[in-house]
Amino acid sequence: MTIASSSPPSPLPSVGAAGIATTSRTDRPRADGSRGDGRLAAVFVAPALLGFVVFLLWPTLRGVYLSFTRFNLLTPAQWVGIDNYVRMVHDPIFWNSLRVTVEYVVINIGVQTVSALAIAVLLQRLTQSAVLRGIVLTPYLMSNVVAGIVWLWILDTQLGIGNEILVALGVGRVPFLADETWAIPTIALINVWRHVGYTALLLFAGLQAIPGDMYEAAKVDGASEWRMFWRITMPLLRPVLAVVLIMTVIGSFQVFDTVAVTTRGGPADATNVLQYYIYGAAFARFQFGYASAMSVALLVVLGAITFVQYRLTRADRTDLG
Amino acid sequence: MTTVTPWTARARRTSRPRPLRRRFTPGRIAAWALLAVITLVTLLPFYWILRTALSSNSGLAASPGDPLPVDPTAGGFERALGLQSTEEAVAQGGAGGGLRFWRYLLNSVVVSTLVTVCQIFFSAMAAYAFARLRWRGRDKVFALFLGGLMVPAVFTLLPNFVLIKELGLVDTLLGIALPTMFMTPFAVFFLRQFFMNIPREVEEAALLDGAGKVRIFFRVLLPMAATPVLTLAVLTYITSWNDYFWPLMVSYGDSSRVLTVALAVFRAQTPQTGTDWSGLMAATLIAALPMLALFGFFARRIVSSIGFTGIK
Repeated sequence: MTIASSSPPSPLPSVGAAGIATTSRTDRPRADGSRGDGRLAAVFVAPALLGFVVFLLWPTLRGVYLSFTRFNLLTPAQWVGIDNYVRMVHDPIFWNSLRVTVEYVVINIGVQTVSALAIAVLLQRLTQSAVLRGIVLTPYLMSNVVAGIVWLWILDTQLGIGNEILVALGVGRVPFLADETWAIPTIALINVWRHVGYTALLLFAGLQAIPGDMYEAAKVDGASEWRMFWRITMPLLRPVLAVVLIMTVIGSFQVFDTVAVTTRGGPADATNVLQYYIYGAAFARFQFGYASAMSVALLVVLGAITFVQYRLTRADRTDLG
Repeated sequence: MTTVTPWTARARRTSRPRPLRRRFTPGRIAAWALLAVITLVTLLPFYWILRTALSSNSGLAASPGDPLPVDPTAGGFERALGLQSTEEAVAQGGAGGGLRFWRYLLNSVVVSTLVTVCQIFFSAMAAYAFARLRWRGRDKVFALFLGGLMVPAVFTLLPNFVLIKELGLVDTLLGIALPTMFMTPFAVFFLRQFFMNIPREVEEAALLDGAGKVRIFFRVLLPMAATPVLTLAVLTYITSWNDYFWPLMVSYGDSSRVLTVALAVFRAQTPQTGTDWSGLMAATLIAALPMLALFGFFARRIVSSIGFTGIK
């Protein structure tokens, strides 16, 4: 669920950088209070509204409720107050999960944002080739499961081509996914491989909205590519970058698939990310209440990060004016 | 490296920033080299999947660094498709358990199709009502939908599982599809944007011709929205096809197992000592192929409009 900016020649609707729709061209409901298309609208909205209430609104409220209960799916949920939260605060594995998740997010987002920006700028300044853009996007077509298995094989300590290359270079074998230090960075980079092209295309769309004559004018003034990047590209791309960043941070906090097919939380909880721990609590130990409490914690963390990021990057204001 | 040059006539006609200069300056060469490296890192794993899938497990162990398939065989694909007998599979380094590939493929197709068709259709209807119909409370309801964008998917997974269990839909394809079948806030939001930007005159002309609003929606506005709907549909299909966590929660047996989950099971089954890499790579290739084909078909359109859809 990411929103990026617009590009003039496309037939598609333009979306504000902050992802909030402009209402300028809508017809407001009539002031005289006439019902307008009420009946028809009810029919048209009904299915979506049903899905919204049943599978989004209700589960959200229920998740919060369940976090205050002891619940194993078999017997009715039993209200226990803040017990789950107390337990969470005293649970070293929870804190470890949070730490590991943050480590993953920092590496993942850091590498991904810089690489995506580089790819987007290279694509914009060197070529407009749709073929190249298509190639960059191909890993996104793979599922996390496939990506995880493929890199598990490439990075295999004994037989993987990655280690063969390292040996040939004289570096020696690295047990990428079996080593406590390497496991999280490795998983983070696997997911960068899968998602970077997609992020790059979002940023590329943002770059397309920057008027070309700004670069022309800068070039006439003798500005270098490097200078143009910092003086034109970065300031004008900032709002799009901010939105993309918020969305990718939220997405990467939910890492699960890759861990599940590669390390399964190991070695020694080194990759036991929050989502994986929550899954284990719910489906291996049937502690749905406790798992819900940790989900609420994750929700709070994500909410706080979004808020801070939004304020820091001033995502609501665009430099394009 | 592809042979697309940045100086085609088409590139020149656009108002977009023109590629720097024809001359090969050191900076330009370095930039192209970097792009080449990125392309290589992007594509090499795909080749390695193919190369491994066509190798035999014993061959892989003997020469792990050989750039070509070692001891070429179709055994990996046969195991992935469940065509080998248990003895044969074990002899070639695979697991005994069969993979009912076609069943899982069918399950994936059913779930993804159901989710995509229903979600886009219902979202389009709602988007139309939010953009083009006049009704009381419209803006409030829409604001509620927008709020839904803020709730991360992970949060609703556990309560949704409890709900699906109560509905008795665990281990069914419907159970996998249901939560995203009716809408996502994003799809509604995205399509509403499009409908709002269609000029009013289009609708008024049809009204003058005596068409009702329902008819206008299906015959005029929906066809006009073909491009955004298609992009959204392809990306929704890919997302749904690749989803792992939710199907893993809901499905327990063959009847509802989708490809992503089956693949993870196949991986878990292969012998711990001496993983069946050739079989695994064949399976991953087959699992990814439908999406690669789908993308190949719509690539140009998707690539040029991806900035607007951004579905994570």
